[in-house]
Amino acid sequence: MALLDVNSLSKRYELRPSVLARVLSGKRMRRIEAVRDVTFALNEGEVLGIVGESGCGKSTTCAMIAGLEPPSAGTIRFRGQDIGAFGAKALRRYRRHVQIIFQDPFESLNPRLQVFDQVAEGPRALGLWSEAETEQRVLRMLADVGLPPAAYRNRFPHQMSGGERQRVGIASALVSEPELVIADEPLSMLDVSIRAGIRDLLSELAKRRRFSVIYVSHDLSIMKGFVHGLIVMYLGQIVEAGTFSSIVANPQHPYTAALLAAVPVPDPLFRRAVPDIVDDVARPLASLAGCRFAPRCRQAVDICHREPPELAASGNAAQSVRCHLRHRLQ
Amino acid sequence: MTVLEAVNLRVVYHTAEGPLQAVDDVSFQVEGHDIFGIAGESGSGKSTLMKLLLRLLPVTAEVSADRLRYRGHDLLAMDDRSFRRQILWKEISLVPQTAQNALNPVYRVGDQIMEAIQAHSTMSRRAARLRVAELFDIVGLEDRLAESYPHQFSGGMRQRAMIAMSLALDPGLIIMDEPTTGLDVLTQERILRNLRQMHAKMRSAIILVTHDIAVIAELCSHVGIMYAGRLVEQGPVRAMFQAPFHPYTLGLKNAFPDIREMDRKLISIPGSPPHLAPGARSCSFAARCPFVLPECRDARPRMQDVEAGHQVACTRAGEAEELRRLARERETWRSSM
Amino acid sequence: MHAPDHAVKQPFGLAVSRLRWRRLLETGFGWHLRVVLGSWMGATGLAILLFFAVVGIVGPWIMPHDPWEMLEPLQAPSWRYPLGTSDLGYDLLSCLIEGTRSTLLIGLVSGFVSIVIGGNIGLLAGYYGGRVDQILMRLTDVAYGMPFLPFVIVLISLFGRSKYFLILAIVALVWRTSARVIRAQTLSLSQRQFIRAARARGCSDMRIIYRHIVPNIMPLLLLYTAFNIAWAIGTEASASFLGFGDPSTITWGTMLYDLWVSGDTRIAWWWFVSPSVCIVSLVTALVFISRAYEEHANPRLRGR
Repeated sequence: MALLDVNSLSKRYELRPSVLARVLSGKRMRRIEAVRDVTFALNEGEVLGIVGESGCGKSTTCAMIAGLEPPSAGTIRFRGQDIGAFGAKALRRYRRHVQIIFQDPFESLNPRLQVFDQVAEGPRALGLWSEAETEQRVLRMLADVGLPPAAYRNRFPHQMSGGERQRVGIASALVSEPELVIADEPLSMLDVSIRAGIRDLLSELAKRRRFSVIYVSHDLSIMKGFVHGLIVMYLGQIVEAGTFSSIVANPQHPYTAALLAAVPVPDPLFRRAVPDIVDDVARPLASLAGCRFAPRCRQAVDICHREPPELAASGNAAQSVRCHLRHRLQ
Repeated sequence: MTVLEAVNLRVVYHTAEGPLQAVDDVSFQVEGHDIFGIAGESGSGKSTLMKLLLRLLPVTAEVSADRLRYRGHDLLAMDDRSFRRQILWKEISLVPQTAQNALNPVYRVGDQIMEAIQAHSTMSRRAARLRVAELFDIVGLEDRLAESYPHQFSGGMRQRAMIAMSLALDPGLIIMDEPTTGLDVLTQERILRNLRQMHAKMRSAIILVTHDIAVIAELCSHVGIMYAGRLVEQGPVRAMFQAPFHPYTLGLKNAFPDIREMDRKLISIPGSPPHLAPGARSCSFAARCPFVLPECRDARPRMQDVEAGHQVACTRAGEAEELRRLARERETWRSSM
Repeated sequence: MHAPDHAVKQPFGLAVSRLRWRRLLETGFGWHLRVVLGSWMGATGLAILLFFAVVGIVGPWIMPHDPWEMLEPLQAPSWRYPLGTSDLGYDLLSCLIEGTRSTLLIGLVSGFVSIVIGGNIGLLAGYYGGRVDQILMRLTDVAYGMPFLPFVIVLISLFGRSKYFLILAIVALVWRTSARVIRAQTLSLSQRQFIRAARARGCSDMRIIYRHIVPNIMPLLLLYTAFNIAWAIGTEASASFLGFGDPSTITWGTMLYDLWVSGDTRIAWWWFVSPSVCIVSLVTALVFISRAYEEHANPRLRGR
């Protein structure tokens, strides 16, 4: 049985214009599908990467899996149990098993709590251990994330650097020994020169403490060596899925190919190819008929604008892609 | 001609915890049509430096400099009023970060640019409108978008509108603050490509402040690397990337991912940047440098020329070959603290 | 909070008790002192408040006469009667001292109760939003709509002139401002990432409200506590002056009422001056203290 089983997960938001707007300009209620029909499974010990740009729904998906937002449709099963059916109490017990590391190291910490209290908050709230045992575990956790407990336990967030704060965030998530950790862009707000260190820390802890990871980012390059499977999201849907290496070596979906081509390279002599994509369409809110990527796709043909494609295995079995032209692209 | 000549710029913040040297004797020059990058991470002082040039620092900041000239004009001698009237937007302009929402949400984009134009020049409204059309063309926005409001623009379009505004009065120097941070990879790529094209058509020099080395590699002709308020290395971009001298630059190269070589293991620089008090008598990077020697802590290294136009502030600049080789090993960077 | 009181050798070699005392001074009472004394207004306010508090506490021992004892009527201030006497011969200094206790008590009780009510309503409304918010805010609107005087009149007429009902009346009106403001602050705080993070770690709603939100709005809460007490004292003085005070209790307001009712206002200036000065200075002192907290919360106000 998979650790996490996500099926047809969707999240819809409704935009309700004011009464005045409705009367004067006939604006109707609009629905945004932030996440549409997302399906994947995660086994124990696996690291799954989710890549996509802002607005693609990756953060919303994380929030739903962490139980912070209710899904509009679909199921999330953790060890076979449907978390949508959880009441408040069950949901809090769920927190012990599934935790989340946030993107902004400063905003995700309570400015008035010292490091020790910050990390101990989870176990205390869940009533996991006695105070004495909590102290032991918290201090050991701080050491494990590279923050010498004696020096750091009484510090406040504003007294620490971004990297240190993020380590506190990691410690807070891991102290209750979850089985699944969702990392929502944990590195994007850190200096580049320390990102690798934090990522390696996470990787090492995942192996040692044996938890699975869902690693969300818009940066593909940092995922290498850490992530096993990969999901590429665009406007709320999975457009490509497979193992990290096969997707990077051989991207099937035009969006994935464009993403890979667009990553800036730190070499002044390198002349990058222009990504094969139509530029800058203003944010589409209304649901379109057909493939959501079609307006930007240079290879779009008639069917692409009419019918939304399904996610299906492409030529090689390791990948699945959501594209009408999957058999033509190799 | 030399667009900007800066010698020994200094900024000290007076905080509740004591004085903080945010910018420490920074000197550089920007020539005619350069794109000069100022690279640095948090605490490097690059934002403070930028604010200094635009006179946006708070009153609690103590600013001093030996020389600061724009096209030969002494900027230090100017008072704030003359600076605002004669220099700001006309000669030196700014493209702020997209995240800063610099556009007023209740006014149309075109109107905002026209307002900026008319506030700093004697152009009539009609002339200003024509100029907006011109600018939109340069940055690649459709003219009809001038009638739209900022919320109707995507992030990339807003960035381009800000660039248009900065170009409005044909300045000699444009300062760009993190032009691509916070934007999607695809939008970022588009902006970078556009900037290259735009720059070719413009007469302005650009100072680009960023933490993203890849952006520097793609756009800049010259770069200065800042660390803890000091300029540690500067020179032409090609030379800097092919053969860097300073240990911090070497560390940055190691830590920066390259999608072409994803198998390369990234190496972090352990530790975090210091907050230096004024008059610190050591190399600012000493605490984290894997090649540190006792003399590095005793005296501040001087900026020396290593090649034409390429300068480094490091006592071990002469051993650069060897240091570069060592820097590639992971072991070198293990807890140099 | 985290360690046993005696110094226990932890696996990481920490002796905790020493840290504990320093932290207590850093947080808790010491912090309050530092905030209040950090501004000249706060320091002045605190001095005045302490003065009145001391008078209130040692009152019975320093009163020269029994405040209810009828001595020589309408005496101007003299050595015998430092603040003069009333028309019925009450020594005004003793009355004033007695009044300090009652005024302070009524003020403090009403002030604290109203901030507890207002604060909690604001917290719950701001945190939960939706229906809860709507209901609580309608309630607040009703409180806003209630005119003070008619309300007091009705209450007192129904239940008689007792200081307990006076407290009730004051509380019923003073809580409303704090509710609105605290709701606004809670609302904005609830959107922040660290609240989301707390929920993700397993905190219950109550825990989030009292352990995460309240400490972060502390300056605002304290500001409004001081303010509410000031308001309560002012309101009590008004109500008593208008005749709705408790006749068996002496407060500064009832002193003024007695003066008014006696008709000797134009003659007995001493009778008017002392309670008024006290009322004004105490209310001002409390407002100053609340300002000190405000300056702490909003550093841009400092140094003005």
